[in-house]
Amino acid sequence: MTRGAIYLLFLSVSSLLTVWLLIANQAGTVGLAEKRQLVHILGITDLSLSSEARYTRHPSQADLFSPFQDFPAAFEHFPTGSIISPKPAGFSSRVKIQHQSGKQN
Amino acid sequence: MLRQLKILEFTLSSLLRRKHKNLSLIAVYTFTIATLGSVLFLTHALKLEATGSLTTAPDLVIQRVAAGRHDLIPTKYAEVIKKLPGVESVTPRIWGYYYDSLIKANLTLVGTNSHQGKLDLLEGRLPNNPKECAIGIGVSKAFGPAIGDNLVLEDSKKSRIVFSITGIFRAESNLLTNDLVVLQEMALRDFFTMSPQLATDLVVQVHNQREVKTLAKKIKYHLPDTRPITREEILHTYDTLFNWRSGMMLAVAVAALIAFCILAWDKATGISAEEKQEIGILKAIGWETSDVLAVKFWEGLVISLTSFILGILAAWIHIFVFGAPALVPLLKGWSVLFPEFQLTPAVDFYQIFTLAFLTIVPYLACTVIPSWKTAVTDPEHVMRG
Repeated sequence: MTRGAIYLLFLSVSSLLTVWLLIANQAGTVGLAEKRQLVHILGITDLSLSSEARYTRHPSQADLFSPFQDFPAAFEHFPTGSIISPKPAGFSSRVKIQHQSGKQN
Repeated sequence: MLRQLKILEFTLSSLLRRKHKNLSLIAVYTFTIATLGSVLFLTHALKLEATGSLTTAPDLVIQRVAAGRHDLIPTKYAEVIKKLPGVESVTPRIWGYYYDSLIKANLTLVGTNSHQGKLDLLEGRLPNNPKECAIGIGVSKAFGPAIGDNLVLEDSKKSRIVFSITGIFRAESNLLTNDLVVLQEMALRDFFTMSPQLATDLVVQVHNQREVKTLAKKIKYHLPDTRPITREEILHTYDTLFNWRSGMMLAVAVAALIAFCILAWDKATGISAEEKQEIGILKAIGWETSDVLAVKFWEGLVISLTSFILGILAAWIHIFVFGAPALVPLLKGWSVLFPEFQLTPAVDFYQIFTLAFLTIVPYLACTVIPSWKTAVTDPEHVMRG
């Protein structure tokens, strides 16, 4: 019975430790009010994560073509471009086709 | 209960007989869970950090788009926007980038109007004359200046401009300010030799938050070459950037899941001759098929549960104690200035339960099903191989 009891004890302790770490430490973001004050005063729109390219430094502000900015049909060449993709906020233009019959798609 | 405890006792003895094999299995399984868990913890914590702090970002940012690219916006557009009902204020903003070719770092230069109040996350103060600046801690660490030192930058005419450093943003804010150099708006306009009739973008504050989308549509109608970006869209950007379909999840988590599938597949495609013989002997001495299945169920549960808990603990320590050293290179890329972040522990239990379901249940099935196939075969036939 010893091994079973030792294993169950180990499992209980590690489970409790995990649950405690997951629950008890969730105190909310530290200094949230101060960060919000900073964001408000400086008008910050993005996290200062990756500063290698402007579309990964400011993903919410970059235009859709900035990842391919060097020349037409250029390949993406910044490593974080594969992790932080461009987000098309604020664009509303569409491509429409007019068939000869005059019916629009 | 006692019966199950005895079966567990037998299972543990059986696992210990093949301890090298089972310990390596637990190590691989734990590593896979730790990898998956680390990505979940990191992306969730970053998402909370962004969506928590950016709730005070501008209501609307108006950019001008020319030839499909972001272009400088005429400040006269502000007059058109101001006249729209519901608009509280329109402020032209000046900001841009500065590249240091020596250490190959990109700095973000931001212009601000004089703010007299105290910023809690700033050591010192914001600039209050054109010859002053405040810098992020990343800039301070990369170039080594302290408050009172001078920061010398080359402007668009290649003249060296000296700014006295009046403040350094505290480390707690480095996810927002790491690469910032904050200057007075007019000083930055001169630095970029930007005409007073132009700005980088316009910040619009709106009286009623429910009117933001309507105002964005109106601005787009009156000024068709603009791109209005609402705060909701900024928050949505970060929500989607770090969700389960994000690039990081695809890059790391899918690879780890495939590794786990190979592990489970190997287990499911057959059990070893030694294990088959063990099942045959148990059946020969009178064990029922259900007893054999109970042993195999416990075996799978002991290995998967132990690995899952150890993996989650390892992931938590990796992300929230050590600052995600294994995942940071993915986000860093070729960035020279990268924040040393200390993330606030934040866990999405839905994701943890999904991870548990996707790893424990298939592993249990892969352990029990091949054993069931062996257990229902004639013991003599099994023992003879």
